[in-house]
Amino acid sequence: MNIQHNIESERMSFWEKIYLPEIGRGLALTFKQMFKPSFTRQYPEEKWIPTGSYRGRPVLVLEEEGERCVACGLCSRVCPALAIEVRAGETDKVKERYPEKFEINMLRCIYCGFCEEVCPEEAIIMSKDYELVFTDPQDAILGKDKLLIPIAQLQDRLEYLRQYR
Amino acid sequence: MPQIIIDGQRIEAAPGQTIIEAALHAEKTIPHFCWHPGLSVAGNCRMCLVNVGFPKKAADGQPEMDASGNVFVQWGPKLSIACATPVADGMIVDTEGQRTEHAQHAIMEFLLINHPLDCPICDEAGQCKLQEYAFKHSNGKSRFIEQKNHKDKRVPLGPNVLFDGERCISCSRCIRFADEIAKQPALTFVQRGDHVTIQTFPGMEFDSPYSMNVIDICPVGALTSIDFRFHSRVWEMSFTNSICPGCARGCNVKLGVRDNELQRIEPRTNMHVNEYWMCDAGRLENYHFVNEERIAEPMIKGMQSDWNSAIAATADIIKAYKPSEIMIIGSSRGTNEDIHAIATFARETVNTHNIDFIDHNDPSFADEFLKLADRTPNHAGAIALGLRSNDAVTKDNLSERIAKHQIKVIIAVQEDVSAYASSVEYVIAIASNANPTTQSASIVLPASTYAEVEGTFTNADNRVQLIEPAVTTKENERHMGMKMSRWDKLGAFNDRWTQGERRNSRPTWNILSGISAACGNPMNFSRAEDVFNHIALHNQQFNGMSYALLEEYQGLKLGKASEPEAKSVVYESHVLKPQV
Ligand code: SF4
Ligand code: SF4
Ligand code: SF4
Ligand code: SF4
Ligand code: FES
Repeated sequence: MNIQHNIESERMSFWEKIYLPEIGRGLALTFKQMFKPSFTRQYPEEKWIPTGSYRGRPVLVLEEEGERCVACGLCSRVCPALAIEVRAGETDKVKERYPEKFEINMLRCIYCGFCEEVCPEEAIIMSKDYELVFTDPQDAILGKDKLLIPIAQLQDRLEYLRQYR
Repeated sequence: MPQIIIDGQRIEAAPGQTIIEAALHAEKTIPHFCWHPGLSVAGNCRMCLVNVGFPKKAADGQPEMDASGNVFVQWGPKLSIACATPVADGMIVDTEGQRTEHAQHAIMEFLLINHPLDCPICDEAGQCKLQEYAFKHSNGKSRFIEQKNHKDKRVPLGPNVLFDGERCISCSRCIRFADEIAKQPALTFVQRGDHVTIQTFPGMEFDSPYSMNVIDICPVGALTSIDFRFHSRVWEMSFTNSICPGCARGCNVKLGVRDNELQRIEPRTNMHVNEYWMCDAGRLENYHFVNEERIAEPMIKGMQSDWNSAIAATADIIKAYKPSEIMIIGSSRGTNEDIHAIATFARETVNTHNIDFIDHNDPSFADEFLKLADRTPNHAGAIALGLRSNDAVTKDNLSERIAKHQIKVIIAVQEDVSAYASSVEYVIAIASNANPTTQSASIVLPASTYAEVEGTFTNADNRVQLIEPAVTTKENERHMGMKMSRWDKLGAFNDRWTQGERRNSRPTWNILSGISAACGNPMNFSRAEDVFNHIALHNQQFNGMSYALLEEYQGLKLGKASEPEAKSVVYESHVLKPQV
C-alpha cells in the first residue's frame, strides 16, 4: 500500500503542537483589549440609526394628498417571496386606482428591495425600521395602517434613491 | 393555390387571402393593431407593414439565380400592409428583416407620442398589444419632448363600457365592431389629426347586448369594463377553458379566477359556435352565483351536517317510499354527466319513471345573433340522455298528482320547487345556491357550479363541449391539471390570499352516485370522465366521443363523433404573458 500522509498535525512543528505559545498570545490580545474604549451599544435603550442606504422593512409613502401607491401590483408580482398582496379599488382622483388593501407579510419578506426598485410611483420604499418582532404570525401581516408613513420621515431614503438609483 | 414564402417558410395560401390571414393560418402572427379576423379591414394603424417582393425574372421569364442557386428577390419600392395586401403566387414576405423592423419602430414611436403611458393604472396592462409591441418591436426611444395631448378620460360609451381618450390609438376596431357585429352603429371618430377621438353619436348610447366585446378587441386599455375595473391584474388570475351556462348557445369562454373567486368571463375563439364573441349577459350574469350565496355544507332539517349523514338520510327516505311516490326534477343546467347520473338514479335506483325537468325559456332574451331563448346550457343533452319521460308524472301534471297524494317525495336538482314543498312529505334539494326550496327542504346537498366541475354541455346545435374546473372546492382540490396563478402555486396555507372559501360541494353526478350506493345500487364512477366514457359507450349519439377528442376539436356534434368539423384557427386579440 502506498498511502501518503499529509495531515495538518503532521506538518506542525513541536511548539505549534503543544499550543501553549498560541494560547499565551490569545490571552495577551484579550488583556490588551480590556483597557481600550468599548464599542458595545446598550440596545434597546441606545438605538442605532441607519443611514439612507439601509434596507429595513418596506413602507408606503404617504403624501399630503394621500398615498402615492396606485395599486398597480408590480411590487406584488416582482416580490420573490410573495410577501405583498394588493387589491385595487377605484377613486375619483386623476390617478383612478388606489390600494383598497395592501398587505406585506413580514415573515415572508427578505428585504431584497425589489419592490422599491420596480415601483413606478416611488410609492414603496425601504425604511430604517429593523425592529420587527412578532408574537403571533398574524401580527406580522402589516396592513395599510402600519405601512403608510408620512413622507417627511422618509427623506433620507428618498434622497439616497435620487442619488444612487 | 397561391404559394407564398413568409420568412423563408413556404405557405399554401387560399386565393383571396391577405398576407396576415395566410400567416395566421400558418400559426404566424404579424404584428398588427387594427386588423381583426372577425372585422372588415381598415388598414389605418400601419403596424403590419412588411417587406414584400417577388423573384426577379430574367429576360427569358425564368427566375434569376446567383451562383449558389438562390433566387434574386425584387423587393417592392415601399413596404405593404399585410392586412390589406392579397397574396399572389410566388410572393416573398419578410416580416423580420431590417426594413420591416425600421418601419415597426417608427410606427411604435408615432403611436406612443401622445400615449399617456399610464400602464400602472390601466386594466389592460399585462395583455396590452401596445405594451407587448413596445417590448418586441420598438427601440424604446422617443424624440418627442413637447407636451402630450390631453383628452377626456373615463367617458361612459354605454352602460358597460368606459372610454379613455388618451389611451386610444384610433384603430377603429370598436367602431367596426359596433357597425358590423353588434349592428348598432353608435360609435364614430370625431376631430382630426392628433385630436381625433371616439364618441357616440349625439343622443345614442352604445348599449348593444354585445357591447363588451369591444373591451376585448380594443388593442389598448382605452375601453374598460365598468363591471370589472380593477378587480384584478390579468397576471394574478388563472384562466380556464369553459362554456358559458347563460343560454343554449354554449359560447366558448375563459374563466378568470383569483383567490378562488371568479373575477371575469371572456370569450374564446370557436368558429363553429360563437366565433370571437359573447353577449354581455353571459359575462355579467354568470359569476356572482359562483362566488356568492352558496350552500357550503350539507344540511339536514336546516342544521349543518356532513356528507355521510346527509346521504344516508336521503337513502333512508327513498327506501321508505314506493318508487311511484317519488318525483325527480332534474335540470338542464347540469352537465351531461350530471344528467346521466340523474336519469340512471331515477330509473335504476329509485326505479321510477317520474322524472322531468323544467324548461327555462325566455323569448325576450333571444336575438338573431348568439342569444337563444333557452336559458340553460344543456337542454339538448337532457333530452338525449333521457331526463324527460312522457309516460309518468311530469312537471305538467305534478301538482295534480300531489293533490291526489300520489307524490310524497320530491328530489329537486338545481330547481326551485318551493311551490310544491308544503304539500309533499319530503323535499330533497341538490343545489348550489340558496333559494326558497333550500330554506325549507328536509335535506340540502350542496352541488358544485359549472365553474367547479369537469364535464360536458350539449348546446342547441347538438354540439358536445368540454368544461373544466376553475374554482376549487373541497372535492376537486386535487384535480389534475387545474390552472393556477403564481399565487395559487406558491402560496402556503397561512397566506391570506389562499384563504378563499373552499366549499364542501360536490358535482351532482357524484352526489347521486353516492345516494345510489347508499341505496344498494353503486354506479362505480370515480371521475366525471368515467361517467362520460360510460355514456359514450352506451348512448349511440355519444359513440366515439372522449374528453381528449372534445378538447382537440373544441366540441363534437351528437352522432357525428367520427366526422369532426375543421378545427378553428384560434385568434386571440391579446395574449397573456407567462405567469410564473
Ligand atoms: S423587500 Fe423584497 S421580499 Fe420584501 S416585500 Fe419587497 S420585494 Fe418582497
Ligand atoms: S409597485 Fe408601487 S404603485 Fe404599484 S402596487 Fe406596489 S407600491 Fe403601489
Ligand atoms: S377605443 Fe380601442 S378599439 Fe376603439 S379605436 Fe381606440 S384603440 Fe381602437
Ligand atoms: S349568447 Fe348565451 S352562451 Fe353565449 S355568452 Fe350569451 S348567454 Fe352565454
Ligand atoms: S393591422 Fe394592418 S394597418 Fe393596422
